[in-house]
Amino acid sequence: MFVGSAGIFILVTILLAMSFRAKRSNSSETTLERAWIIGLGICFTMTVLAILLAYGIIAGNRLTASHSEDAVKVSARADRSGWTFSYDARPGHATRDILHIPAGQNVTVSITTGDVIHSFWVPRLAGKLDAIPGHVNTLKLRANEPGTYAGRSAEYSGPGYLGNRFEVRSHGADTWQAFLQGELD
Amino acid sequence: MNALKLHRKLDAIWSSEPGWRGWFSTVNHSDLGRMFLGTAFFYFAIGGILAMLIRAQLATPHSAFAGEEVYAQLFTMHGTIMMFLFAIPAIEGLAVYMIPKLLGTRDLAYPRLTAYGYWCYVFGGAMLLFSLAAGIAPNGGWFMYPPLTGPIHSPGINTDFWLIGITFVEISAICAAVELTVSILKFRAPGMSLDKMPIFAWYILVTSLMILTGFPPLILGSILLELERAFGLPFFQADLGGDSLLWQHLFWLFGHPEVYIIFLPAAGIISTVLPVMARTTLLGYGWVVAAAVALAFLSFGLWVHHMFTTGIPHMGVAFFSAASTLVAVPTAVQVFAWIGTMWKGRPELHLPMLHILGFFITFVIGGLTGVMVAIVPFDWQVHDTAFVTAHLHYVLFGGFVFPLLAGLYYWLPLFTGRQRFFKLGEIAFALVFIGFHGTFLAMHWVGLLGQRRRIYTYDADAGWTTINFLSSLSSFILAIGLALVLIDILMHMFATVRGKRNPWGAGTLEWAAMSPPPSYNFASLPVVRTRDPFRTDTDLAERIAKGEGYLAKPNGNLRETLTVDVASGKPDYVVRYSANTRLPITLSAVTGLFFLSLLLKIYWFTPVAVIAIAIVTWRWVWSSGSRNDSGLVSVAANTKLALAETVEASPGWWGSTFLLVANATFFGSLIFGYAFLWTIAPGWPPPQWLEPWAPELLAGTGSAIAASAFIRMAMRQNRNGQSPQSGCLLAFAATIMTAVSLCSLMLRIPDPTGHAYGATLLFISGYGLFHTLLSALMLAFLSARISAGFVSPQRKAAPAIVRLWTDYGAATATVCLVISHLPAWLT
Ligand code: HEM
Ligand SMILES: [Cu+2]
Repeated sequence: MFVGSAGIFILVTILLAMSFRAKRSNSSETTLERAWIIGLGICFTMTVLAILLAYGIIAGNRLTASHSEDAVKVSARADRSGWTFSYDARPGHATRDILHIPAGQNVTVSITTGDVIHSFWVPRLAGKLDAIPGHVNTLKLRANEPGTYAGRSAEYSGPGYLGNRFEVRSHGADTWQAFLQGELD
Repeated sequence: MNALKLHRKLDAIWSSEPGWRGWFSTVNHSDLGRMFLGTAFFYFAIGGILAMLIRAQLATPHSAFAGEEVYAQLFTMHGTIMMFLFAIPAIEGLAVYMIPKLLGTRDLAYPRLTAYGYWCYVFGGAMLLFSLAAGIAPNGGWFMYPPLTGPIHSPGINTDFWLIGITFVEISAICAAVELTVSILKFRAPGMSLDKMPIFAWYILVTSLMILTGFPPLILGSILLELERAFGLPFFQADLGGDSLLWQHLFWLFGHPEVYIIFLPAAGIISTVLPVMARTTLLGYGWVVAAAVALAFLSFGLWVHHMFTTGIPHMGVAFFSAASTLVAVPTAVQVFAWIGTMWKGRPELHLPMLHILGFFITFVIGGLTGVMVAIVPFDWQVHDTAFVTAHLHYVLFGGFVFPLLAGLYYWLPLFTGRQRFFKLGEIAFALVFIGFHGTFLAMHWVGLLGQRRRIYTYDADAGWTTINFLSSLSSFILAIGLALVLIDILMHMFATVRGKRNPWGAGTLEWAAMSPPPSYNFASLPVVRTRDPFRTDTDLAERIAKGEGYLAKPNGNLRETLTVDVASGKPDYVVRYSANTRLPITLSAVTGLFFLSLLLKIYWFTPVAVIAIAIVTWRWVWSSGSRNDSGLVSVAANTKLALAETVEASPGWWGSTFLLVANATFFGSLIFGYAFLWTIAPGWPPPQWLEPWAPELLAGTGSAIAASAFIRMAMRQNRNGQSPQSGCLLAFAATIMTAVSLCSLMLRIPDPTGHAYGATLLFISGYGLFHTLLSALMLAFLSARISAGFVSPQRKAAPAIVRLWTDYGAATATVCLVISHLPAWLT
């Protein structure tokens, strides 16, 4: 994407620079219109956009939650001082500012909020999704390796916004079982 | 009559009061345009200082300079001031100043309205400035998302300053938009058909229509949020049937077009200046006009792209993603038309051209990052990071500030009649260009590294320190550059030598007036036969000054101009303006009292202020028109035209039509909000629907239809030479009946503070009641005018205007009554 952008940018710059050259073409107004406006303005732009869009829709499909049966279901509830996470597979248990997930499995996070609008964002795992009062949004995540991933709220929420962060811990099969059994908080 | 004598006579008629007193009573568009521009640049300086404070805070990690609360006020006010108090008014100011000169006429359609709009801007802006100085400025970010800005999470007065102050300022935008639309459609030089109009006028026309349809959703949102804050009507509270997403829709329904409202006039400047700098004409005039119109239409379909992370269904996202990228097409058409123009001509590197090149480089980068942001997966990654802030500045600074500076330097010789002497402008440009790119390239970069926007500090070990420091350093270079521009312009105004007329060799009419332009612009109105009449016809200026055009003979003390047929530009009728008056400033001061009473919660005073507004407006409207029929007015050797008061499509009628377009958009947004809450918001259906009551519904709708019929009867009576008084009074009575039905409805609404349903219904019926009472007031006014002898079969302008408003009031009242009764029947 960056290469493409740079290419278009350089094209425009060269066209601008060349317009200062001394010699004038003596083509008629309509030929010029055809070349510049229909050729470059419409056809060229449309082609570039079509490529971009196709890419966007394909990539977007991969990212949104589809209701796959085997996904691990967790919930995230935001408030102005942090996040509370709960787990379908371990009813009654909640963790504060730490989300536990199994590595190598699909996870769907149901996101909502207890006060103002926040946004759930773990940059290394998925794009962000807002937590909106009265609505529940679902996000699909997958961490292939066990490890710790930084997450944060990405929608301004007033005082305390800077410190509104959380952490995602993805576990190997053993520790995940231990977590579900209650041997790990 | 020779040119000098003509000048003296016309100037005596048209000039403002001398000295500073003149500022308060002037209705002259050149004066007001300059005042608008001056005030807008004052706010640019304030907004710029706030930006410097922001960058100073972010220059180092853990800066102790501003705390969290102060920082929130800084970025909110920076964004708010730049968007609402700088960008839009600067455009209005430039358009108010330039449009009549470009169109070859003497003033805008409603000189007093120009002044009213200006003072609303000044007073509304002053409210926000006061809050900033007192440290109680808005602090929820420039798009003010509830529930953060709602009564529970922001109980302070900060948010009220925003909601009330900005709504007040918005009045000026709406006034200017109505005024510019009608001026461009009707107030042009004889012979200037639509296809001969200067390209800048086309852009301003499109922009004005966008303001009329883009601003009402925001005004609606602000009123709803203020009602929630002040009276607990829960429009945005999820637990009471409201939805904070409604605000986001209303805000971006405005906010996205807003970007184009700022960009299009800037594009208009480029389309005007660039061909002159390249010593040729614009390539593809028709294509460029079509592109501007297409951009306007497309931009209204795009608001949702600001809400991609709110969990909109995927198909919706795909649709809006496609539409968002589609705007690149009309934008590219314009960009390539401009580059093609440069290829066609011989570009010369004068100062305005430098700024245009600055625009090209910056805007193309901004456009490309914009397309990237519009691609959904990418947006999920950078949304709400410094990347987005940086992109936004590439578009706004690149797409607006550079063209604006190009325009200022281009028209400066016209403003002042002087020529630039010191070459400070080139150095200033270099600093601005380098400083700008340094600042915001660095912000793109930290954004990609994950720095969120709106954070007041960051950790030293995040790895962002050097980049932020570079960004802040560059921003100070940028600030120095902008300060030099200011010094350059001031020096130009006070310390340089007289220049020659039309230094750039342009072809448009503004250069054919004297510079600096006289109060009346043109001693006589030129007849226009080509798109740039001054290019080929070089002694046009002398002929205008000698009075060889239309309306060359001053008529007593009257300020006269003429209108033309919209499409063909054939002369239509003669308009007489009112002279200098303090009514506009008085009316906006009284309007200010109304807003102040809301801000300070002195609610008993609110009705007093409303009555005062009605009284001043009554006087305002009363003071024009005449009690006697008069014949045709001679405008040229053998052309005679009728007076405005003798036609049904008078300027007042045109203005009312476009004001009602804005009003209907407001009403439409309201209905959209109702439907949105009903279908999307959690907590619906409400515990209880309104009980349908047929007599109320029938009496209300029946009397509304009757009012429309009676006002038509009055017009028919007038046409047939009878007194229209009986029709007018019957219409008045019918309107009162409608008002009674609406009051009855309002009293029966289920608890408006308990559920958003009741709140919405109360607001909808309140809107209907307001318009019904407005119709009643207008009918009363018309009746008084009939009694006083202002209406005759020949002088028929007033009834036509009142008919428009009566119809609108009747239509909205009917819709209100029907949709209030509907849900209970449907369920
Ligand atoms: C004069 C040079 C300018 C500088 C150095 C500058 C700098 C900044 C910075 C650093 C921010 C980010 C604050 C944050 O997220 O923490 C910001 C926000 C913003 N700026 Fe500027 N800016 C400038 C000019 C403008 C102009 C000309 C406009 C509009 C016409 C503008 C509109 C905005 C808006 C709308 C925001 C978002 C405010 C918010 O997040 O609520 N800025 N600016
Ligand atoms: Cu947008």
